[in-house]
Amino acid sequence: MIRKLTMIQAITEAMDQKLAEDSRVMLLGEDVGVNGGVFRATEDLIHKYGANRVVDTPLSEAGIIGAAIGMAMNGLIPIVEIQFLAFIYPGFEQIVSHAARMRYRTRGQYHVPMVIRTPYGAGIRGPELHSESVETFFAHVPGLKVVAPSTPYDAKGLLIAAIEDPDPVIFLEPTKLYRAFKEEVPEEMYRVPIGKAKVVREGTDISIFAWGAMLRVAEEAAKQLEREQGASCEVVDLRTIYPLDRDAIVASLKKTGRAVVVHEAHKTAGMGAEIISIINDEALIYLKAPVKRITGFDVPVPQFSIEDDYLPTPARVKSGIVETLTF
Amino acid sequence: MTSLYQVLAPTGELTQDIEGRLDESVMIKMYENMVLVRLFDRKSINLQRQGRMGTYAPFEGQEASQVGSALALTPGDWLFPTYRDHAAAIVHGQSMARVFLYWMGHMEGSISPQGLNVMPPCVPIATQMIHAVGTAWASKLQNEQHVSLAYFGDGATSEGDFHEALNFAGVFKTPTIFFCQNNGYAISVPFSQQSASKTIAQRAAAYDIPGVRIDGNDVFAVWLTMKEAMERALNGEGPTLIEAITYRYGAHTTADDPKKYRDQEKLAEEWRTERDPIQRLRTFLVQRGLWSDAQEAQLVARANEQIDAALVEAESYPKSRPEDMFKHVYAEPTWMAEEQEGELVKPAKKEDIPA
Repeated sequence: MIRKLTMIQAITEAMDQKLAEDSRVMLLGEDVGVNGGVFRATEDLIHKYGANRVVDTPLSEAGIIGAAIGMAMNGLIPIVEIQFLAFIYPGFEQIVSHAARMRYRTRGQYHVPMVIRTPYGAGIRGPELHSESVETFFAHVPGLKVVAPSTPYDAKGLLIAAIEDPDPVIFLEPTKLYRAFKEEVPEEMYRVPIGKAKVVREGTDISIFAWGAMLRVAEEAAKQLEREQGASCEVVDLRTIYPLDRDAIVASLKKTGRAVVVHEAHKTAGMGAEIISIINDEALIYLKAPVKRITGFDVPVPQFSIEDDYLPTPARVKSGIVETLTF
Repeated sequence: MTSLYQVLAPTGELTQDIEGRLDESVMIKMYENMVLVRLFDRKSINLQRQGRMGTYAPFEGQEASQVGSALALTPGDWLFPTYRDHAAAIVHGQSMARVFLYWMGHMEGSISPQGLNVMPPCVPIATQMIHAVGTAWASKLQNEQHVSLAYFGDGATSEGDFHEALNFAGVFKTPTIFFCQNNGYAISVPFSQQSASKTIAQRAAAYDIPGVRIDGNDVFAVWLTMKEAMERALNGEGPTLIEAITYRYGAHTTADDPKKYRDQEKLAEEWRTERDPIQRLRTFLVQRGLWSDAQEAQLVARANEQIDAALVEAESYPKSRPEDMFKHVYAEPTWMAEEQEGELVKPAKKEDIPA
């Protein structure tokens, strides 16, 4: 029988299986225990593994992340849940000045195998500061890896890979996709490698690079354009934001000669700029048109009455693609 | 609450009976270590002045706090120093050569002796206090009989991480010891302007953990307080906040001029003559017949030899290679680092650049 899970179920299952398999793994966060997490990602895990391994912490992001750093240095593998990406800022110093640097400062003597999971992105009608997409902050910090799955299958496989990774991983979960759809997810443990993108739709006319919740928007735009105009769009899910899968980006671009990047983060200094830079470095002569970015705007993510207008939509993506195709 | 726990008065007299609580051999070890690290500190300042070392943060005056606390630890206990706590690091087993290397700007200056858990000096303020909660918590969960000791200064108590660390440690009863060296100044700002709290120890009440205010220039008080805190920690009774009142005789760092913010000469002179940690222990040891001028001469000669040997070791340490900066960023290097390392070691030659 085919078993289908939502992304949140896939995430829970990944943690459950790692907790069962490896006694060093533990969960820390606000409301992750009795309440099962604000999105229920850790539902029931406290009952299965006890309050010593699934820990309801004080409301204290620097405290949670800082303590997890110490635990990771001393033999444990903490998985931290931060309730929303914008709530991570009090712990930012702990991430950039310590988690990311401990291996470096001690010349490999101590390292920080931890995962910081947090929902991110807009589109759920959340209050202020519940919808940010600031992956760039973390992608700029050597020592961190940044991952953002777009499907339940990848979420489980990437989370297991992140927990097993010897370095700190920022694991960004697109809030909008938590319960948006189900897909087949194997019951056994498997890994989706960090640093590897995936071509989710083959095409020959243009490459669309996206991740997280924007993947679905990109796919929708590709489908519509194919139906309406016969354009053959290739969609590449980057899956890992740092380190980027350069080979996949370049291979797709060489095939199509045109590209757009879709991300919901603000345009300026967003990862789109980095992707374009890779294309410039590696495949400039293959380009038939400038690479366009269809992104969130350079404004604070607005309140939800107009958040849909902030986010790239299939219509905006389509018009960007058409512009690039007709350059 | 503002009273100080003191065992050895500045006059070298015991203010209370400590019979059976402190071996004479430990007292001598304390003295030897304090003299050693003071000479090390002075040497370091000289090296900085000679251009042989980078900016340096001296600790002279604070020897009793650092030596007494670190000497109480056992191997494997976790030590989280700030950039001023190299005396503690040395006492816990860090080599003086490594400390020199750190201040000489070498990548390898932060490596701990194997198994001793001497953490790299923490530069951001108070952040390491939370790590000491995490390591201690992990020790407890893994049934290891080790404490984690976090050093910090009076200024650190204004940071949010101070609060978060004490709060966490209190909730989870982690075997953490928070050791504040209150030397009266956060660079230039006096403690009276740092906080309206009369003391730092009183903050412990807010977390329902023990808070002790001690004479930080009394090495006996420091050591005995630490031992008590360690016993509680290892009995599962949780953390302790220790406020050690002390004074840094010199500047915040070699790049700082304390005359700008305090009556440097007068204050340093007062502390040196009236409350010096080394002087009072020597008076005590001499009065007890445990120390002589001959021993003193031998100690100073031996300490200077050790320091000189450490300096030779540090200065003859292999030169840092630029490619070292690409190592240990991740367990496996990223493609970016691999490529950029190539750019570094093969810089473009002038003739390669088209006119």
